[in-house]
Amino acid sequence: MSQVVVDVVLKPEISDPQGQAVLGALGRLGHTGVRSVRQGKHFVLEVDGEPDEAELRQIAETLLANPVIEDVELHLPARTTD
Amino acid sequence: MRIGVITFPGSLDDVDAARAVRLAGAEPVSLWHGDHDLKDVDAVVLPGGFSYGDYLRAGAIAARSPLMQDVVAAAHGGLPVLGICNGFQVLCEAGLLPGALTRNSHLHFRNRDQGLLVERADTAWTTSFQPGQRIVVPVKNGEGRYVAADADLDRLEGEGRVVVRYVSTTPGSGVDANPNGSSRDIAGVTSADGRVVGLMPHPEHAVEDLTGPSTDGLGFFTSVLSALVVAA
Repeated sequence: MSQVVVDVVLKPEISDPQGQAVLGALGRLGHTGVRSVRQGKHFVLEVDGEPDEAELRQIAETLLANPVIEDVELHLPARTTD
Repeated sequence: MRIGVITFPGSLDDVDAARAVRLAGAEPVSLWHGDHDLKDVDAVVLPGGFSYGDYLRAGAIAARSPLMQDVVAAAHGGLPVLGICNGFQVLCEAGLLPGALTRNSHLHFRNRDQGLLVERADTAWTTSFQPGQRIVVPVKNGEGRYVAADADLDRLEGEGRVVVRYVSTTPGSGVDANPNGSSRDIAGVTSADGRVVGLMPHPEHAVEDLTGPSTDGLGFFTSVLSALVVAA
């Protein structure tokens, strides 16, 4: 079994009011050095055997993310050499 | 005329949608998301609510339900489909309508009577209106901000695919006409063939003077009856 991580983030051109609300709260807490916050989703998938990158990309792009508004970052486990 | 109303887990307005269908003079038929059975209906309404608790994204899980596979296939064959609020979100997630609905720009749930400008009065769901007609129906959503890439918005406008646009209900009051920050004030769009329509506002809540701000919403449901008569 291996673990695959999929991060889903809003496309840069899509405004993120939740991220902006977090940024506003940071400012009120005195963290004035933070310039921008973008909120996203983080999925951890446990899959049987070696992960199939093509299938995982399909999963990420057809269900986990909506390609109209979101981009995906697929993080496959580092391949072990033995 | 038999018009199906789909119930998903978390649908809220399926009963009101069925009632609007009945008031328009058609027979409402309950459809269940988990079945593969459209029960030979002549048109389908996807009601408002919070299907699957809006998990993942609003409408995302419902769009992958068994019955939606049949709805997508039938819509490609010309079946009239109306998505209201969560139903609009489901249609976008299912790929039947372009764009996506995202968190309101001000982050608040917005519930109010809403002015709309009918720009397309020739879709299966809007022939009871006049082009340019202003109507008032309730809007109630937290994730109703319509977005798409600028190039896609240009294409939609160029093809006349914007069905209804937000306009002020009380001109001069200073209240923002746009309840959620939707791109270009878009409240509803249609498919290329004009058979599938999705909108965030709730026409099924404006079908009787006693309970709605107007009876303007009834026009969506009477329109499809005319469309079906013409087709038959």
